[in-house]
Amino acid sequence: MQKKEVVAMLLAGGQGSRLGILTKKLAKPAVPFGGKYRIIDFTLSNCSNSGIDSVGVLTQYRPLTLNAYIGIGSAWDLDRAGGGVSVLPPYMREQGGEWYKGTANAVYQNIDFIDQHDPEYVLILSGDHIYKMDYSKMLSYHKSRGASATIAVIPVPWEETHRFGVMKTDDTGRITEFQEKPKVAKSNLASMGVYVFNWQELRAYLEADEADPNSNNDFGRNVIPAMLGAGEPMYAYAFQEYWKDVGTVDSLWEANMDLLAKEPELKLNDASWKIFSLNQTLPPQLVGPEADVQGSLLSDGCLVLGKVHHSVIFTGAQIERGAEVTDSVIMPGVKIGEGAVVHKAIIGENTIVEAGAKIGVPARPGEKVEIVNENGITVIEDNVTVPKTMRIVQGTVLSVAEWPEFPEEWIS
Amino acid sequence: MRNLLGIVDLSEPTEGLGELTVHRTLGAVPFGGRYRIIDFTLSNMVNAGIRNVGILLNDRFGPLLDHIKDGKEWDLNRQRDGMFLLPAPLRTDSGEGISSNLINLRHNRGYLEKSRQDYVLFSGCGMVSNIDYQAVLDFHLEKKADITVIYSQVQNLHEDSPYTALVVDQGGRVTDIALNPRHCTSRKVSLNMFVLRKDLLINLVDHYSARQKRDLFTDAVMPRLAELRIYGYEHRGYVGAINSLKSYYQRSMDLLKPDVWQDLFFTHGQISTKVKHEAPVRYLPGSKVSNSLIATGCTIEGTVENSILFRGVEVGAGVVIKDSIVMQKAKLGPGVALRNVILDKDVTISAGKSLAGDPSFPVVISKAATV
Repeated sequence: MQKKEVVAMLLAGGQGSRLGILTKKLAKPAVPFGGKYRIIDFTLSNCSNSGIDSVGVLTQYRPLTLNAYIGIGSAWDLDRAGGGVSVLPPYMREQGGEWYKGTANAVYQNIDFIDQHDPEYVLILSGDHIYKMDYSKMLSYHKSRGASATIAVIPVPWEETHRFGVMKTDDTGRITEFQEKPKVAKSNLASMGVYVFNWQELRAYLEADEADPNSNNDFGRNVIPAMLGAGEPMYAYAFQEYWKDVGTVDSLWEANMDLLAKEPELKLNDASWKIFSLNQTLPPQLVGPEADVQGSLLSDGCLVLGKVHHSVIFTGAQIERGAEVTDSVIMPGVKIGEGAVVHKAIIGENTIVEAGAKIGVPARPGEKVEIVNENGITVIEDNVTVPKTMRIVQGTVLSVAEWPEFPEEWIS
Repeated sequence: MRNLLGIVDLSEPTEGLGELTVHRTLGAVPFGGRYRIIDFTLSNMVNAGIRNVGILLNDRFGPLLDHIKDGKEWDLNRQRDGMFLLPAPLRTDSGEGISSNLINLRHNRGYLEKSRQDYVLFSGCGMVSNIDYQAVLDFHLEKKADITVIYSQVQNLHEDSPYTALVVDQGGRVTDIALNPRHCTSRKVSLNMFVLRKDLLINLVDHYSARQKRDLFTDAVMPRLAELRIYGYEHRGYVGAINSLKSYYQRSMDLLKPDVWQDLFFTHGQISTKVKHEAPVRYLPGSKVSNSLIATGCTIEGTVENSILFRGVEVGAGVVIKDSIVMQKAKLGPGVALRNVILDKDVTISAGKSLAGDPSFPVVISKAATV
């Protein structure tokens, strides 16, 4: 196979359990985002726009939606001779096989795949972040520093540092200290989970890591500290633009709402850096005579006859006459019936909200409901029907599994 | 449907479409916010399981080729069968021929012979619809017809548009065919789509092209009305006949009716087109949009009423668009007002300009023009 300068390995096997019912049937990178995309589109489009044409996508949890979605990669122009996109699930070997135990182990198990391309560098990516980044610039930086590893970093609020791997650097950008999810952070420069390594060096570290029975086989917890401990030259690459980890219901909702700003930090309408996605060719959206659409994002195939304010409406969703949708994320194929009200909610794919149903209403005085989301975001599972008499209190989660246990007072 | 071959004919007259067809063939005329007219014919064929499609290219086909490329969007980039581009001969014995489908078919006779399919669906592009061709072939076989012509009870006929009227008896047999009859009791209008056996098609092409005839239907099928079993299949769904600027404008506006939108884009399968990866439409606070069809990539802060916006149009605060069709990437300066206007692709309207036409006579601004 033709030698490649760089191969990207995109980690897309995570369950994303903090997204709850939204990832019950699909992996986090396959969750719909931004009106017509799935989360993984951003990373795949970044690869394509950065000129990287060999991408391994490592899948493990609920891969069917993701597999079908990626296909042969044509949507991202990654259907290439001698490269392109390869979906890489764990597989059996002579001595049995095992699941990906951690991020580093997932790459370790695919050493043969990377070796096929014989690359100088390997780019490790995560499939659950929303950002636009030119990886070729990061690679140039890596080369110019003569680094063994380069880690993309972004400043985060100090109070959130405990969620990230953070690093201290010297004046030249060289990393002097790395803390994985620290209680007391020494820096607020957080790792974005985007790494460039020299392949032959990384290969050796992965083999050593695999040989260590006490390792968690994780880049952040094991491989990066091991390299730093060995005195390898490791550099931080500062990224200044929009970046968001959409691993929680709050951050998924917020990141969607971020797109509604008058001047959004993340521009989707950027001819020089298109975000590609697998399109169904649905007709342009039809906005009816009495519709009222303000401060929102709508995609192809939508039919809007009612009111939509400050919301993201995905492909093929329908908002009937008299319905009101505010501050919400309405995923593909959802139908909101006549006169239904949806406020500050995330509604899963193909769910039907029948006429007159109310979602995201305040609890009545003394009403006992299980509030799952403290910020009052209501989440409705995909492929369910919310009956017309239903009243769903803000901050709750509606899943079919819980259906029979609905308290009486929810039905008005 | 592996036994049905599709032939797309692009030789329909386009004079009535004025500016819209100066640089492009009818099939390449933008329609419905994100489509080109040929998308409907190609998608209907593919949705019915047709896997071998030949496209008869006559002239002004540059924009069409740019649009269809290798046929991938219709899943027609295949190892076996797939999409075949059939250009007309540049020179013919009589010195003409680029607008004659008979001469083009004779020139590409080898393609017809080599194709594995026994039946051919021959279709023009000027009748926009979502049709189940599978049902048409079933009907054709059941009636043991030689030729089955698809027709529709057209309500919105214009005296100024050319059309082909059929008289069909109770059993479905076509008993008379008339071109633009002055007095016609039949509202049954041919959609310029018909099914026949491939060997019959080849016979007709051989016979009539050798006699300097030009059009397959009028010059080769119509004269055989008495001797061939010609049947009519009624398509009951929506049909938009596009053959003049007025009909282009009105059929476009039909799409604003939810039932037409639903019928045309969802009944027997999706209408595929070239994908451009545009972002979802941004509606900024203060936007006023009603009764309009909006394609992705648009950003709207102004007013849009009873209009169609193609991909990537920016409607700034204060811009007012009413009863108009604005094609891809139009640039509208601050304070622009449009009414009953068709803007072709890449038009620039400078600040403060106000353009108005009449519903029966929309103003057309040609491609890439600056006003």
